[in-house]
Amino acid sequence: MTSDRIFGLVAALLALAYIVSATQIQTSFLSDPVGPKVFPIIIGVIGAISAMFLVFRPDPEPQWPVARTFAALGLAVIVLVAYAYALKPLGFLVPTAVVAAILSYQISPRARYAAITGVSLSVGLFLIFRFALGLGLVAFPRWLVG
Amino acid sequence: MELLANLSLGFSIALSPYTLMLAIIGCFLGTIIGALPGLGPSNGVAILIPLTFTLGLDATSALVLMTSVYYGAMYGGRISSILLNIPGDEPALMTTLDGYPMAQAGRAGDALVLSGFASFVGATLATIGLMLLAPMLARVAYLFGPAEYFALYLLAFCTLGGMASNNQAKAALASCIGLGIAMIGVDNTSGMPRLTGGNLHLYDGVDFLVAIVGLFAVAEVFFFIETHGKNSSIGVKLEKTRIPWRDIYETRWTMLRSSAVGFIAGILPGAGASLGSFLAYMSEKSIAGNNAGFGTGVARGIVAPEAGNNAAAGGALVPMLTLGVPGSGTTAVLLALLMTLNITPGPTLFADRPEVIWGLIASLLIANFVLLLMNVPMVKIFVRVLQVPPAILLPGVTMISFIGIYSLSGSYFDLLLMILFGMLGYVLRKLDIPTVPVILGILLGGNMEDALRRAMVIADGDGWYLFSSPIAIGLWIFAIAGFVAPMFMRGLLQKPQRITD
Repeated sequence: MTSDRIFGLVAALLALAYIVSATQIQTSFLSDPVGPKVFPIIIGVIGAISAMFLVFRPDPEPQWPVARTFAALGLAVIVLVAYAYALKPLGFLVPTAVVAAILSYQISPRARYAAITGVSLSVGLFLIFRFALGLGLVAFPRWLVG
Repeated sequence: MELLANLSLGFSIALSPYTLMLAIIGCFLGTIIGALPGLGPSNGVAILIPLTFTLGLDATSALVLMTSVYYGAMYGGRISSILLNIPGDEPALMTTLDGYPMAQAGRAGDALVLSGFASFVGATLATIGLMLLAPMLARVAYLFGPAEYFALYLLAFCTLGGMASNNQAKAALASCIGLGIAMIGVDNTSGMPRLTGGNLHLYDGVDFLVAIVGLFAVAEVFFFIETHGKNSSIGVKLEKTRIPWRDIYETRWTMLRSSAVGFIAGILPGAGASLGSFLAYMSEKSIAGNNAGFGTGVARGIVAPEAGNNAAAGGALVPMLTLGVPGSGTTAVLLALLMTLNITPGPTLFADRPEVIWGLIASLLIANFVLLLMNVPMVKIFVRVLQVPPAILLPGVTMISFIGIYSLSGSYFDLLLMILFGMLGYVLRKLDIPTVPVILGILLGGNMEDALRRAMVIADGDGWYLFSSPIAIGLWIFAIAGFVAPMFMRGLLQKPQRITD
């Protein structure tokens, strides 16, 4: 109940913001009868209406995980974001091994097993992508290898 | 006779050693992807698309490879349904109802062979249906102008929302999220940036591959972290396999009926393979009556959903190839592949690039025989694959997703967007909001707006032009009916949650 209501409310507000920013779209002299604003505004309006349906007629509450699981999910997101930033400057092998090990540990908490999984996934995927599929992955950071 | 000429062109391409090899690799990968819980046809195909793109395959090869994966995944899904009581992918959900009880009764081998054969019948009949129906529909599609296309896109969203979801408002909201995201970027007609918030990375728009991999693959990882992979319990052991001739013979009419039901369900835009297997199972159950013991491990209860699911997989290709409107989540992903390869599906594809279409159809026919071989005599190999623990599989899937998306653009921004879509996918699925309309919105949003604007240019701004032809009016009526009618049929069509294909 509450989840649907909260989501509906957030979605409705976002839809309103979307409509407002759609009205700000600049039109150029090369215009057609519809123009670049109308379709986004229609979408925003329909989105807002359906979001209000969620607020007033919510479905039964889904099963949310406990706080500790949420913390684990949050950690996973942080790790993935860090991975996205690390991939270019730090090369492929090290970040991939670390991130894969952490994810593996989060699914099944066995430290040694997770470490082995991380390292072997990193090396195995690197070999497959670099040599079998010919992708231009960089193994180590350039400043390290020179 | 035109059909025979086309087919021989198709087979001349499909039987070339290279294409044949790709089809076999695709079938093998697909069956594994289907069998592994946590990897289904849509996220399996999604993470492979960036890779095929970077491999530099030409259009026909890429399409043959990916549709073989798609067909293979539909076959493979049943393996974990039967042995673990966990559907390997969404459409295989109905197979657990009779497949697992039969395996518990010590007939796991029979259940696997029977369902493999039913998959073969369903998929082969559907491929033949595709071969006959698609060229006809492509000819009709020549009559479509912008007004008709606009109505058709609307129909896809409406039937998807109406039939594939339990709550219309949630499906509509999901479509709007997708369409709204599709609007971001430089407007094609006026050349002005829209809704980018001044972020230069967004001027090109949001790449649909990023969204697809995020919503399907990354979100799945979050679900596994939440459950600690506990769903992958140890199931029934497979002792020996032999062919249950009697069961196959006794279920012959069930196979044919379920294939027909599944094929039709697959053609409907937005219905998809899950609905195909659901409808096939339900109709067989009502034909058989209460005394037939559906749900206790009867042969017909295994055959019906598998034939239906694979027939729907073939049927879903019909609207995707002829009209550019996908019939399911996975065909939406295949449409993304076509768009990445710069192929515009539709009637012109049949006229201008016959080698793509007929090479694909011939490859699918061959793929079916390959899959029958892999899934009946060689099924034990794939049973072993099920023993890969999620603590290795899911990190692997994440890493492959990252490499795939990274190799497309080499920018960290796309990776961040992908993680964002993963979080969105997690929340949406928790709230039982379907994610397929989001994908469809991102894929079709640009085309839908283009159709509307071109129609208005032709009509000089007169809105009634949208309803000016019988085809357009018919599509509007179907769209509205497809959205509204399921509200009154909730009792009949109530589907289990989490069906997303």
